[in-house]
Amino acid sequence: MPDLITALHLSAPEATLAVGGLVLLMVGAFAGEKSSRLVSTLAVGLLVAATAITVTGPLGQAFNGAYVADPLAVYAKAVIFLSSAVAIVLGDGWMTRTRIARFEFPILIVLASAGMGMMASSGDLISLYVGIELHSLALYVLAAFHRDDLKASEAGLKYFVLGALSSGLLLYGASLIYGFAGSMRFEDIAAYAATNPSTGLIFGLVFLICGLAFKISAAPFHMWTPDVYEGAPTPVVALFATAPKVAAMVLIARTLDGAFAGLHDQWAQVLILISLISFVVGAFGGLAQKDFQRLLAYSSIANIGYALLGIAAGTTLGVQAMLLFMTLYVIDQFGFFAILLSLSRNGRPIRKISDLAGLRKERPVTTLALTVLSLSVLGMPPLSGFWGKWAVFGAAADAGYWMVGAAGLVASVVAGFYYLRIIKLMWFDPAPEQAPTDKAPIEAKTIAWASAAFAFPLVIIGLTWLEPLAARAATGFGAG
Amino acid sequence: MVVTLQHYLAVAAILFTIGVFGIFVNRKNVIIILMSIELILLAVNINFVAFSSYLNEVSGQVMAMFVLTVAAAEAAVGLAILVTFFRNRGDIAVDDASVMKG
Repeated sequence: MPDLITALHLSAPEATLAVGGLVLLMVGAFAGEKSSRLVSTLAVGLLVAATAITVTGPLGQAFNGAYVADPLAVYAKAVIFLSSAVAIVLGDGWMTRTRIARFEFPILIVLASAGMGMMASSGDLISLYVGIELHSLALYVLAAFHRDDLKASEAGLKYFVLGALSSGLLLYGASLIYGFAGSMRFEDIAAYAATNPSTGLIFGLVFLICGLAFKISAAPFHMWTPDVYEGAPTPVVALFATAPKVAAMVLIARTLDGAFAGLHDQWAQVLILISLISFVVGAFGGLAQKDFQRLLAYSSIANIGYALLGIAAGTTLGVQAMLLFMTLYVIDQFGFFAILLSLSRNGRPIRKISDLAGLRKERPVTTLALTVLSLSVLGMPPLSGFWGKWAVFGAAADAGYWMVGAAGLVASVVAGFYYLRIIKLMWFDPAPEQAPTDKAPIEAKTIAWASAAFAFPLVIIGLTWLEPLAARAATGFGAG
Repeated sequence: MVVTLQHYLAVAAILFTIGVFGIFVNRKNVIIILMSIELILLAVNINFVAFSSYLNEVSGQVMAMFVLTVAAAEAAVGLAILVTFFRNRGDIAVDDASVMKG
């Protein structure tokens, strides 16, 4: 019995979210359709509470090692839960303005967060799979949330089919790993993999990597990303671009740098290949895009390539660099999506990149914020994106992968074209005759400005406490 | 003939391949894609149960139970999304799911 109590205490963040999600569902069901504002507020409170529980909670293992609460899980969960809360804040206002507000929206995000928390602290193949499905099933529904919109339902359908296929691949890999290593637990697998690198185990590992690469939209498993980014509602895309990617990256770090640390020579090649293809697809695919959200999809593919480079290094420094990169990336992404949500003309959102022409005259502060964020994602020093890339390239070069890092730099230069084009359009091109932009909603404006302010100059202060936290989270993963 | 672990693994691998091909080759109907997904998950289940019995270790069978549950939930969510797609589009042919390209 004391075991159970300790286990429940350790897994309190997910338990809070799961039970809280069910309670909110009852609140929504009894209060009716108009309760979406109330449920959203409560959901944000729930996520913040879960973050507080995670940060102050005990560390250890629960349920026979199926659930792990370690510094890596705490770091990841703090980022995941807070990003989900920001996505709810962004989403609630937008949904109300578009008149599709429903109380299920925040609840689905809360349930997805419970799944993402499970992913971040999974200690065996069962909790890995259950965590992935728990968050995927909620995200499939969210992608198709605007149910009267053809594009949204098509995005949901595509995401569902490819997501289910990726779960199948992952699961097949998991079954082979289980069969050859003889155990579901990562610790046992690590002990086995270190001594017997059998073909079956590596075969299973490759399937597992393919399945996880789908979830982080790394090329060549990125087919769903541009369509989902274009079709799904903007606040939902803001969530897709942030929390699930962090959760899946942490899961990859946990499996590869934890359970399969002994097979680094084998999986490093696969990850290097995936990140090189992601650089190329992300940089060149984005050049021809006209839709802003589609452009952000290609930008995210390239950026995931950089993050994977940190894991491919296989060192503790690499995992630390990946965590830092993802945190800074998430903050930048929220800025982009908040700006997209705050720009509209006559109630119609601005989606085409060419519609940004001459924005400087109408919205000088937003233009400045978008400029700062674009330069940051491009990797211009001393903005936040630069520090993330600096850490990742440093870790890769340290592990002897400086050629791949150089390829990443070339990809950044190519991708620089589409970020600089946005900046040129906004500052130097004449505005065409058109309706004036609407007044920006307060929450989107605040988040956009806060995120731009973090990109520079707050990042300098932010790094001084993010870096030690990431270093602490990465200890124990990877070699040295 | 004695049925060994290899036989089970071969059946599972064949079913898995049929499922994956069913998703990629099929150009007609989304329902068939749902069936293929189900086939993939069940192939994996055969793997898990066969390994579990071979290794004399129970967690593979526990996993099989989870996979069955998740497969049911996945089918429910997939059909729900399919219904919204059908309402907007009027049919469920895969070829038509191409408003967005590029």
